[in-house]
Amino acid sequence: MSRLLCLILALACGLFAAPVCAAPADTGDALLLIASGRFPDIEKGVALLARSGDARTQAIIEALRDGRLAVAADKRVVIEGANGSWSEAATGEALAEAPPSPKAVRLNNRIRRAVEAALGALTLMAPDAAARRQAAEAVFRSRDATALATLDEAIAREEVAGIRRLMGEARAAILLGDAGASDLQKIEAVDILATRADQDALALLRAAAAQGSPTVREAAEGAITAVERRLAVLSMLQNVWYGLSLGSVLLLAAIGLAITFGVMGIINMAHGEMVMIGAYTTFVIQELARTHAPGLFDWTLPLAIPMAFLVAALVGVAIERGIIRHLYGRPLETLLATWGVSLILQQTVRSLFGPTNREVGAPSYMAGAFDLGGLTITYGRLWIIVFSFAVFSALIVALKATSFGLKIRAVTQNRRMAASMGIRTSWVDTMAFALGSGIAGVAGVALSQIDNVSPNLGQSYIVDSFMVVVFGGVGNLWGTLVSALTLGIANKFLEPFAGAVLGKILLLVFLILFIQKRPRGLFALRGRAVEA
Amino acid sequence: MTRRPILLAMLDGKGAIFLGVLAALAVLVPLSNLFLPETSPLHVPTYAVSLLGKYLSYALLALALDLVWGYCGILSLGHGAFFALGGYAMGMYLMRQIGPRGVYGHPVLPDFMVFLNWQELPWYWSGFDIFPFAALMVLAVPGLLALVFGWLAFRSRVTGVYLSIITQAMTFALMLAFFRNDMGLGGNNGLTDFKDILGFSVQAQGTRLALFVATVIALALGYGVARYMVTSTYGKVLIAIRDAESRTRFLGYRVEHYKLVAFTVSAMMAGVAGALYVPQVGIINPSEFSPANSIEAVVWVAVGGRGTLVGAALGAVVVNMAKSWLTGALPELWLFALGALFIVVTLYLPKGIVGTLAERREKRKATATAKTAGIAAEAAE
Amino acid sequence: MTSPTLTNTVLYLDGVSVTFDGFRAINKLSLAIAPGEMRAIIGPNGAGKTTMMDIITGKTRPDEGEVFFGGMIDLTMLDEAEIAALGIGRKFQKPTVFESHTVADNIRLALAGARSPFSALFGARNRIAEERIDAILSTVRLTEHRTRLAADLSHGQKQWLEIGMLLAQDPKLLLVDEPVAGMTDAETAETAHLLKEIAHEHSVVVVEHDMAFVRDLGCKVTVLHEGSVLAEGSIDAVSANERVIEVYLGR
Ligand SMILES: Nc1ncnc2c1ncn2[C@@H]1O[C@H](COP(=O)(O)OP(=O)(O)O)[C@@H](O)[C@H]1O
Ligand SMILES: [Mg+2]
Repeated sequence: MSRLLCLILALACGLFAAPVCAAPADTGDALLLIASGRFPDIEKGVALLARSGDARTQAIIEALRDGRLAVAADKRVVIEGANGSWSEAATGEALAEAPPSPKAVRLNNRIRRAVEAALGALTLMAPDAAARRQAAEAVFRSRDATALATLDEAIAREEVAGIRRLMGEARAAILLGDAGASDLQKIEAVDILATRADQDALALLRAAAAQGSPTVREAAEGAITAVERRLAVLSMLQNVWYGLSLGSVLLLAAIGLAITFGVMGIINMAHGEMVMIGAYTTFVIQELARTHAPGLFDWTLPLAIPMAFLVAALVGVAIERGIIRHLYGRPLETLLATWGVSLILQQTVRSLFGPTNREVGAPSYMAGAFDLGGLTITYGRLWIIVFSFAVFSALIVALKATSFGLKIRAVTQNRRMAASMGIRTSWVDTMAFALGSGIAGVAGVALSQIDNVSPNLGQSYIVDSFMVVVFGGVGNLWGTLVSALTLGIANKFLEPFAGAVLGKILLLVFLILFIQKRPRGLFALRGRAVEA
Repeated sequence: MTRRPILLAMLDGKGAIFLGVLAALAVLVPLSNLFLPETSPLHVPTYAVSLLGKYLSYALLALALDLVWGYCGILSLGHGAFFALGGYAMGMYLMRQIGPRGVYGHPVLPDFMVFLNWQELPWYWSGFDIFPFAALMVLAVPGLLALVFGWLAFRSRVTGVYLSIITQAMTFALMLAFFRNDMGLGGNNGLTDFKDILGFSVQAQGTRLALFVATVIALALGYGVARYMVTSTYGKVLIAIRDAESRTRFLGYRVEHYKLVAFTVSAMMAGVAGALYVPQVGIINPSEFSPANSIEAVVWVAVGGRGTLVGAALGAVVVNMAKSWLTGALPELWLFALGALFIVVTLYLPKGIVGTLAERREKRKATATAKTAGIAAEAAE
Repeated sequence: MTSPTLTNTVLYLDGVSVTFDGFRAINKLSLAIAPGEMRAIIGPNGAGKTTMMDIITGKTRPDEGEVFFGGMIDLTMLDEAEIAALGIGRKFQKPTVFESHTVADNIRLALAGARSPFSALFGARNRIAEERIDAILSTVRLTEHRTRLAADLSHGQKQWLEIGMLLAQDPKLLLVDEPVAGMTDAETAETAHLLKEIAHEHSVVVVEHDMAFVRDLGCKVTVLHEGSVLAEGSIDAVSANERVIEVYLGR
């Protein structure tokens, strides 16, 4: 009876002035409550423990969380250690023999939350910054009022600004839901949460707007509109980012085509298969690395880039020399013959590597993500965007600044004149086609990171690639860039309204209509040459 | 007064042979199937009748494609879409004929709608239980799509490769659309498990023979229509457009109207082909819209010889027979063979089988007349 | 709008300009052709002669300026087929005939009359009387080539076939771009004769470099230079013009 009284007292203490009341004696009471087996008591016990300040607290609560805290038949509370060892919960002393029929303490969701909150509060002052950050986040989520005191102390002590801000937000979250807090405190909390401006903050503010006093309500409503606006901007930015990432994939797939189709006027339906060949080259290199030099795994992608270029370019040379060369000036026939090539390439790869998807791994630098002012940026996407822009710039430079580029432009503008100036036009044709194919191969390296590497890989890009080139204006590389990014972003903005498939259909229909209006694309060249 | 020459011109040598072969097929195949004992080497089993019917519906598709590609230079990479739309129109009729005999036993709704928890038939399914209406739709739906698409494309003078690419985009977009369950046309699985057509079981031997004969007749009619078109002055204008489009404009011809007529008629023919294909094959699904299908049809025409009509039909049958045989015997070789076919035909046989034969015969005739002229000259000396 | 010259012209151009990628091919060009008139246009290569014909026939849209046919029909609003249907025929610089058609069929397609697909399928266009074709063929002296493919004709014969197609069209105004390029002297003289004959009933605009041929035509001459009119008058007056000698004829 007296024990129970003391317990109630202690509880009351804990609520109002936890640190003062902290005494090891609480641990014993808390364990008694936990041993009772009734959920409300267990919850109270956890709260009591959290405030006890006892060095054992963390071990006990963690054991509880992990289901290792048990009550023996003799009412002793024990902790199960690794490989069947047991220890006394209150003291941490190892037990020589297993306690009689220990029963794990059961948890329900409420208690689980209390446990999380308790652990959060506990680690708020841990020496490890990452742990403190996690703890602050945990408190923010649990909004456990009992953590308030610890939180205040932690804020006073905290030296890392970012973590201090997080703790402040956690504190604000608690105060906003706390019936005991004053309006002034709540309004201050609203301001803090408004600066946080994410979905969580929005939810808290909405709750506050629904129940608080009129002044709080008003403040919360103001904050809600501000946060909503910010979130809208953020989601737009996120869409732009996804769109940019899709656009850069389209760009990669289409750049090679912009040369073969756009600049040289050769319609190569096997373009997608060049991409596929690049992806399979990556796969082969990774397999080799896996079996022969596992340490080099991170280097497989940089290595695959030149290899994929080479392999695809060689296949391109073979196609140009063997087939396309004999069909110059007959675009529709070229289309059909290269379609045949694409079938053969697909079937070859299917025979060599099997019809199923092949696993191409992501090196360490492609994995993970970071946060940029509320945007989540994955490294994989970031690298692909950077890569596609690098390829594009390299190509522009190659065409504008090298003598090879000059020759390509000369031949495509006036073949006869170029020939009479001593340019070997047939060699230039072959090399330009090889360049376009090689770039498609390089695109394959990047696409192997985000798409299934299967014999059908190329097929899924061919319609898109042609659309990009045609939309941008044939023969205009900058047009291809703008068009790829525009289509990518448009696609991502359509998706939320129409769904992925319908969005794509809408885009195709738009493109079909667009070509009617501007048959030569966005940035069309005008002149006699294009009319021929 | 000059009507006779047109009719005469319509029936040239290869046309006569073609129609003769079709007539023979329409008579002999059913006779053999019905009256020859199964042990006879000349007996055509019922499954083979349907297989032949399938080839002939492909031949009609090829004929349609040849009309626009061979004579007007419009390389459509989306004719499979018109074929599939005709097929879907027929498939919808066949679905409605199932009535309450579906797995779920719903009196009106097809199984897949019951499965999707739909409560009533979408509006665009109404009327399809009536055969004449469905038959009209077989023509109207592909025709209307071709009319709208062609009107937009030809009016703004999209030609050549660009036109090919947007026709491909069209069929690709339709494929994506038909894959969606929300379309209410069976999604992925398409329409299948047909029971009756015009009250006869689609599985019955008699029905299969009737469908086969209907396909032969449709092919002959299609040939007649196409042949009339290309031998009339209209056909000469089409060829003029193919060879020198802007010159034709300067003569005062509204090129877009000419193209539009050919494209629409061709799409309707393709629709009929699809409608005949579906009951003989027993299923229609969105993969019929895949760009690969349309472009495969192009190679049939190329193999047979474009701009010859008869060649297109022949090409469809020959290539598909080879396909059936190869995919059975050496499945992994089929795509190699098809790919090689594309390459070889464009590089070495640009006129196709029929075109090359015709050219050779002409050359022989020319040398023969030169020889007789030479002999005559000698004799005169 | 109703300038005095406008009402009495078959063709009227005023202040027409067109630019390609910043290059001004036609620069404030003004020109008027009277009904029944024959006019020769000369000028150095790149002067814009062909481009002018492109503008009149609807192939190229001018950036600014007016182009009227018969005094009241604004040609800039119409497309090639509509303009051809009005009665403006054109012969191209490079002979363009329908190579895979016979000579007779080339004429058949050109003959005046209904041009709708319907009429070509079932109507008048599908029942052209052979006599009309024969008449044209004898005028351009191609009767014995009637059944040959146009592709097999010689260069000069193709030029004539194209003129025959023009005749068949029976246009009110003929635009003829360098008709005697690549012809022998005899053929040239013959062509001049033919054109003069045609000019009895039609207005004709002839672009030509061959000064002897232009002299043969014996009509008013317009000299084009850098997209606008440099001089206009009789062949003798123009040949004497200082600027014309400088930029075109040479000293
Ligand atoms: N469609 C076009 N695109 C670009 N330049 C053109 C086009 N048409 C004509 N030009 C240019 O306009 C100028 C005039 O050409 P043209 O009319 O053919 O001259 P002419 O017939 O008098 O020799 C030339 O410099 C030519 O290059
Ligand atoms: Mg010229």
